[in-house]
Amino acid sequence: MSGEPKEARADADTETAPTEVETGADAVVRALENAGVEHLFGVQGGAIMPVYDALYDGAMSHVTMAHEQGAAHAADAYGVVSGEPGVCMATSGPGATNLVTGLADANMDSDPVVALTGQVPTDFVGSDAFQETDTVGVTGPITKANFFADDADAVGGDVGTAVALAEAGRQGPTLVDLPKDVTNGAAAEAPGEPQTPSTYRPPETADPEAVAEATDVLAAADRPVILAGGGVVKAEACEELRSFATDHEIPVITTMPAIGAFPEDHELSLEWAGMHGTGYANMAITMTDCMLAVGTRFDDRLTGGVETFAPDAEIIHVDIDPAEISKNVEADYPLLGDAAAVFEQIAAAMPRSPSADAWREQCRAWKEEYPMDYAAPEDDPVKPQYVVEAFDDATPDDTVVTSGVGQHQMWASQYWTFTEPRTWVSSHGLGTMGYGLPAAIGARIAADDDRSVVCFDGDGSFLMTCQELSVAVREDLDLTVVVLNNAAVGMVRQWQDAFFEERHVASEYPWVPEFDTLAEAFGARGFRIESYEEVESVVAEALAYDGPSVVDVHIDPEENVYPMVPSGGDNGRFALSEDQL
Amino acid sequence: MSRNQDTRRDGLEGPPPEERQRPVGRRNGQGIRVDPEVEADHEPRRTTISAYVADEPGVLASVSGLFHRRQFNIESLTVGPTQNDGYSRITLVVEEPDPGIDQAKKQLRKLLPVVHVRELDADPVACELVILKIDGDEPDKVQAITEMYNGETLDAGPETITVQITGDEGKIDDALDAYAQFGIREIARTGQAALARGATETARVDETHT
Ligand SMILES: Cc1ncc(C[n+]2csc(CCOP(=O)(O)OP(=O)(O)O)c2C)c(N)n1
Repeated sequence: MSGEPKEARADADTETAPTEVETGADAVVRALENAGVEHLFGVQGGAIMPVYDALYDGAMSHVTMAHEQGAAHAADAYGVVSGEPGVCMATSGPGATNLVTGLADANMDSDPVVALTGQVPTDFVGSDAFQETDTVGVTGPITKANFFADDADAVGGDVGTAVALAEAGRQGPTLVDLPKDVTNGAAAEAPGEPQTPSTYRPPETADPEAVAEATDVLAAADRPVILAGGGVVKAEACEELRSFATDHEIPVITTMPAIGAFPEDHELSLEWAGMHGTGYANMAITMTDCMLAVGTRFDDRLTGGVETFAPDAEIIHVDIDPAEISKNVEADYPLLGDAAAVFEQIAAAMPRSPSADAWREQCRAWKEEYPMDYAAPEDDPVKPQYVVEAFDDATPDDTVVTSGVGQHQMWASQYWTFTEPRTWVSSHGLGTMGYGLPAAIGARIAADDDRSVVCFDGDGSFLMTCQELSVAVREDLDLTVVVLNNAAVGMVRQWQDAFFEERHVASEYPWVPEFDTLAEAFGARGFRIESYEEVESVVAEALAYDGPSVVDVHIDPEENVYPMVPSGGDNGRFALSEDQL
Repeated sequence: MSRNQDTRRDGLEGPPPEERQRPVGRRNGQGIRVDPEVEADHEPRRTTISAYVADEPGVLASVSGLFHRRQFNIESLTVGPTQNDGYSRITLVVEEPDPGIDQAKKQLRKLLPVVHVRELDADPVACELVILKIDGDEPDKVQAITEMYNGETLDAGPETITVQITGDEGKIDDALDAYAQFGIREIARTGQAALARGATETARVDETHT
């Protein structure tokens, strides 16, 4: 993708000729238009006002968020669902620092996001001026690249580069810091097509000899698995994954960010592995003798302790980022390149299918031995898993599901059956509570109108960003927030039960708001579920409501997430209940 | 995935950990498969990495920030201009096990202003500079040592003598030892600058950047 200009937007029939701009701010806007950007998420403020002003006559739509963190998460989710960079904007100082969590989140999950931040005029930089923050310094470690735009003539090019870099190679967040004198200053020339810098050259296809060696090993394996990571989705390689896996009948495990890359209802799917992954995925990932790992960074929530991670496996690691090779787990056969391209190379080079009948039989047996069956007696409070399944049953396959972070996130990802890529939108690497609702807003804007958007949130996570409901109401966005309310930061409470002798410090709330009432106060629809009898009708009503709604589900506060591999533990020794931890 | 209405239990069903199949192998803490019998952690080694970088504001901060953030053990870092306008060479001496050195090089290469990265062979042409301020009580003896190490006296007064020594790290360490007897008041040491030995290129300078 490096260096290739993106297609320009077609409808450029504005009064000014496309080659002319007056100010740096015009150049910023033109650069975004050239890159095909259609939606922006942000919050106004002094230093960014010239850029906002330049949007006045333009065709891009802007969603004003309640908080800049929400803008960054909305842009992130927009990027995940659409595959195009999501763009967020903020003013200098607090506006920029409020973006930080969202940028760090996008950086961990390699999501394509572009942030534009206002900055004090260049003459004031370094003087501790009003609302001055060293935004480039602060965001350096959490962006793929960032730029301080110090020249009105070059600022359009900087923005174009930022957009191009966000989506090229290994995707990630980029930022351009825009001093007010630069955006107000006269710009001589309009920016051209967005381009990555000439020094940026991500690998495209893998060395054919290395591919031949790797495929020989894979074909000879007795217990092969494919581990599909988020890079498979990012590279649009899901079709290639599916045909390769089914042609050679190799069981598929995904990482959490890759949920949906391979249909979870397929017989070769073992769903996802890791800390709260399925028992069968964790057995298979432990016992495999050859792993084709594609677009994954072997995060510790996936591997558990590396000493016991796939210890019998030769690892073929396909990645576009050379720095991921042997970073956490040694790759026996590194293949550098774009996941879709390398999948095609592998498919072409594969000498034969592995003879793995016994292994597939074993994987099937594990599925039966470790079913994801939860106990849900009628007289208990409602089980969260049941609510997740009820929403899944009532919605089409292309429904987008977002989440906060905690137990509810795990139940949503475990009990929803994902069959399509870009339908599971969550905060994986950073684990950001509060991601769910702003992500649902970004997802709603990215997804076609006929698709549904459901956010599973925890009461704790929802309280971190629930002010964004005002945006969903103002913009009349059709989305459903399901708060799996256990009146606790449940995941913390679960760890206290397991590892801190049930000492519940700062994890249980003596009081939580009525989330249905709160929703109504915002102008959204509010619903409540307190018993099993209410589930079916409330699910139907909430989904049918054409606008934002919140369903406050009073779930069993005692419920915990299993299976569980304690952090740094052995995937093959996942606990099925607390006494096994 | 189904709801089981009859049983009341905490957690899920299935064979407990001790009844499950077990793999035979093991990895070490660096994720490398090892023979379960032998302990094979990599020992740290000292090496010189050279990076050819675009001379942009903040590039030094990015490089040092990267090394700090990823806990790469860095012994010295020097930076200076090259024969090409707009490009600098950064020389880093690091001490890490092999996987860490490999990571350091790859992570360095990912920084946008970094054009090329190379680890220099075990014996690069390397040099550093030290300036030391020594008590001036025995000027003749100080002078003898300065000559022995091909150094230069930069400043001499009734109280102190300031000298400079250049050379590889070992030579400078030796010189410092030799001066110690007179009382060293202050030291300023640059850290290593290095190039690959012979005709070997240190870091490729791309056509587009010359
Ligand atoms: C911003 C942020 N702060 C703190 C944490 C630590 N943390 C992880 S899970 C969790 C509990 C989340 O509670 P809730 O959203 O109610 O979800 P539940 O686990 O109860 O489903 C906490 C506090 C976090 N992940 N993110």
